[in-house]
Amino acid sequence: MPEAAPTTEAYLMLSATLFAIGLTGVIIRRNMITVLMAVELMLNAVNINLVAFSHRLASLEGHIFTILVITVAAGEAAVGLAIIIQLYRLRSTVNIDEQRELNG
Amino acid sequence: MTPAMLVFFAIGTLAVAASLLVIFMRNPVHSALFLLLTFLCVAVLFVLKSAEFVAAVQVLVYAGGIMVLFLFVVMLINVRHLPEERVMSAFWKGGLAVGLGVFIMLFAIARPGVYRDPARSDKPLRSTYSYRTRKVQQADGSVTSKRIRRLREVGNSEAVGMKLYRDYLVPFEVASLFLLVAMIGAIVIGKRELNADEEETAPAYMIDRVATEQLVKERDRNA
Repeated sequence: MPEAAPTTEAYLMLSATLFAIGLTGVIIRRNMITVLMAVELMLNAVNINLVAFSHRLASLEGHIFTILVITVAAGEAAVGLAIIIQLYRLRSTVNIDEQRELNG
Repeated sequence: MTPAMLVFFAIGTLAVAASLLVIFMRNPVHSALFLLLTFLCVAVLFVLKSAEFVAAVQVLVYAGGIMVLFLFVVMLINVRHLPEERVMSAFWKGGLAVGLGVFIMLFAIARPGVYRDPARSDKPLRSTYSYRTRKVQQADGSVTSKRIRRLREVGNSEAVGMKLYRDYLVPFEVASLFLLVAMIGAIVIGKRELNADEEETAPAYMIDRVATEQLVKERDRNA
């Protein structure tokens, strides 16, 4: 019997795909701005999970949590981009491999 | 195949393709635009799960606010990659391996047949409750009042709003405080340090303006 509506599993699998893509982006990119974009991608994958489970459990808690996650993502993007701008002024590069002060 | 499934597969494929392009595009501006496409696709997926308010917030905050911030910074920094320059990190093979490993693990958790969907309606996502007091006549003739909880079907936005402001008021206020702190932090970090001459002397246009105001004041006094 064909499903009438997309199932929770389908949403979870899509979310897993997006999360893995975001994680890969965080590791392999050298441009700091793109790394931050990949982090946003991961946060969004988590939001998909929260909304899917909210629907499955028929409760609104997931929606509230999603809104809070979006808030945190906005703050993180603002501070992260400010740090990137300041690093660019200092070094004239946004290449993540060349920031070696902390010897990480 | 029902229309909902069709939309899910089309939009889901588009979201995955766009997110792959986000991490593989050379130009950060292109990456940002594909990220915008991914966010819009995710908003559509939210609507399919009857999360209309969250979808609206996703479009407004992510697609409207955060993406503009990203695009501004990309244009401000204006990085141009030379065609022969590498955009991938030195350990891109390890990164791909980690991504694939995490993908397989998460997929194993969410594989078909693990989460069976109960046949529930999404009515709780669209309803809120209110209390009413009703006078009840007791057996001995005295009248007492009784609070009755009444479920009311409203829109998803109203349901989320009631939940947020009634049951989750403190987390909501903490989030607003967090945003304030993040804003102050971003301003302080992003501020350009003035060098010594810039700090001691006012800019020329301000000196001119003060002189003009002085002239105007003296003319008024003499008049």
